[in-house]
Amino acid sequence: MEMLNGLMQGFIVALTPINLMWCFIGCFLGTVIGILPGLGPAATIAMLLPLTFQMNPTSALIMLAGIYYGSKYGGSTTSILLNVPGESASVVTCLDGYQMARNGRGGAALGIAAIASFVAGTFGVVLLMLISPPLASFALKFSSPEYFALMALGLAMVVLLAGKSMVKALLTMLVGLWIAGMGTDLFTASSRFTFGRAELLDGIDFIVVAIGVFALGEVINNMERNEASQMLPVPKGLRNLLPNWEELKACRFAFVNGSVVGFIIGILPGAGSTVASFISYGIEKAVSKRPEKFGTGLPEGVAAPEGANNAETGGALVPMLTLGIPGSGTTAILLAAFVLWGLKPGPLLIQENPQLFWGLVASMYVGNVVLLILNIPLIPLFAQILKLPTYILFPIIFGISMVGVYSVSDSLFDLSLLTFFGLLGYAMRKLDYPLAPLILGLVLGDAMERALRQSLMMSQGDLSILVSRPLSATMLVFTALILIVPLFRKANELRMKAID
Amino acid sequence: MNRGEVISGVVLGALGIYIVTEAARWDYLTVEGPGPGFFPLWYGMAMVALAAWLVVQNFMAKGAAADGKPVNRREVGRALLTWVGFVASVLLLKLLGFILSFGLFTMFVVGGLYRRPLRVAFAVAVGCAAGFYLLFPLALEVRLPIGILGF
Repeated sequence: MEMLNGLMQGFIVALTPINLMWCFIGCFLGTVIGILPGLGPAATIAMLLPLTFQMNPTSALIMLAGIYYGSKYGGSTTSILLNVPGESASVVTCLDGYQMARNGRGGAALGIAAIASFVAGTFGVVLLMLISPPLASFALKFSSPEYFALMALGLAMVVLLAGKSMVKALLTMLVGLWIAGMGTDLFTASSRFTFGRAELLDGIDFIVVAIGVFALGEVINNMERNEASQMLPVPKGLRNLLPNWEELKACRFAFVNGSVVGFIIGILPGAGSTVASFISYGIEKAVSKRPEKFGTGLPEGVAAPEGANNAETGGALVPMLTLGIPGSGTTAILLAAFVLWGLKPGPLLIQENPQLFWGLVASMYVGNVVLLILNIPLIPLFAQILKLPTYILFPIIFGISMVGVYSVSDSLFDLSLLTFFGLLGYAMRKLDYPLAPLILGLVLGDAMERALRQSLMMSQGDLSILVSRPLSATMLVFTALILIVPLFRKANELRMKAID
Repeated sequence: MNRGEVISGVVLGALGIYIVTEAARWDYLTVEGPGPGFFPLWYGMAMVALAAWLVVQNFMAKGAAADGKPVNRREVGRALLTWVGFVASVLLLKLLGFILSFGLFTMFVVGGLYRRPLRVAFAVAVGCAAGFYLLFPLALEVRLPIGILGF
């Protein structure tokens, strides 16, 4: 009953004209950046975050979340029409989606992707709504040692699946912790790692790192090549964008599979929508009566991964909203957004900001409908975006990045830091260092250090407090087990398979 | 041996040593509990150990797979040139302001890197700079860096 009341309250918030407008803008922008290869939701949210400072936090969150789940809808378009995934989560959609387009069923493939995204996206929101309140109530029992252990576990999970080399993932996470530790120590007011620069006394703004590493690093990497891909024609007319009855029937199980797998994978920190889409594709193939035909243009080969990467969004928001622990680069940026707006995601969020939480949940129901409407009849229009030359798009991204950073701090020093982090983001991509652990280390670093120091203050410096409490001990045992996975050949092979 | 991994390992190892050295100067434990040096000391040491492991692992690895992906110098050069152009535009902000330096950077990207005709580069640069001016300072009232020319 409490949940229904909350949801009703949420719809009252989400259906106000201003929030409907922001929801639409978020979904629209999400679809656009999902379609554009080389620009992901993390980079876009990081770039737009400074512009949300003047906004009401609920409206801003509704818009940024719209970008997040909207990009999952848009990502399939280029996979199907260009054989180039708009998002990493849409890589597997290329396998059957592009083949369907080559077989003259491109419209149906786009339609199936949109329908699967809608079904799974809505399923993800339903579970987000059902799971979050009880999980948040449970997390109210947590004290500093449990929080430290939970953050350590979250970081370990991200490190486990972030890249082939766990050593590299750990190193980038440590760099994130180091950057988070720059500035004035909150407990003793002593300055740390400031290189004698007064500008660094407040630390490095999260926005500078996020925009530099995600947006600029990505664009600089894309600037390496000067080539255009050949796009298959987009079918015109609503009828040509709808799948036929046979195709929909073939996707029945894929809709369920994608929804369930996507949500479960989403809750786990580090796994992400790419892993979710591959696993659901694998399951779909394993249970299919015609597995040999996968990769030749089967509709269920499009529905399963597209569903999974949309349901994953709802799952990924659960730990972020209820525990304050993000599981991916994008949710880490969303978490930082909360902090910048003066809010604290965690167990008390639902109690203290019910309008924000339920407003977000309700807006996601609305957003999924908006996206279905946007994606089926308007796909030919969106596909025109792919004709925008990169030599116009990329300078615009540089410009928005500069404006975003400068608007936060009015500081040219921050812009010079931006150039450094842009280069760092590029270098990390070239050298195969995963980005997510860096951002997570940066976002959680402060809170993690605070939780550790508070724990040790509680125990007068006795480290055993971390292992003498059952919950934190269990989480730290899991953390240790995760970190020693590479030492066991079989377990490491499984890890590599998941990453591959 | 993957040279990129070795070099990055050495750089990260050096960063770890710097973190440990700095952290050693701060209080490790105080009467109230852990001091500012407590946490950095531990992650600094972890960084040194992991970076050393990365380097050693590379020296011990054998075969072509251990060499990593081949580097396309032309592509990397193009990316670095973009970055240098961006750095130059940030350095010029104080002198020329955002609109002019961003316009010049756009011209450099379109004309220099994408090899479009000069008139196209000029048109895109003017269009982008004007668009930014109309959207940010005028419509959204977002402050942009101003140069000696007053805009």
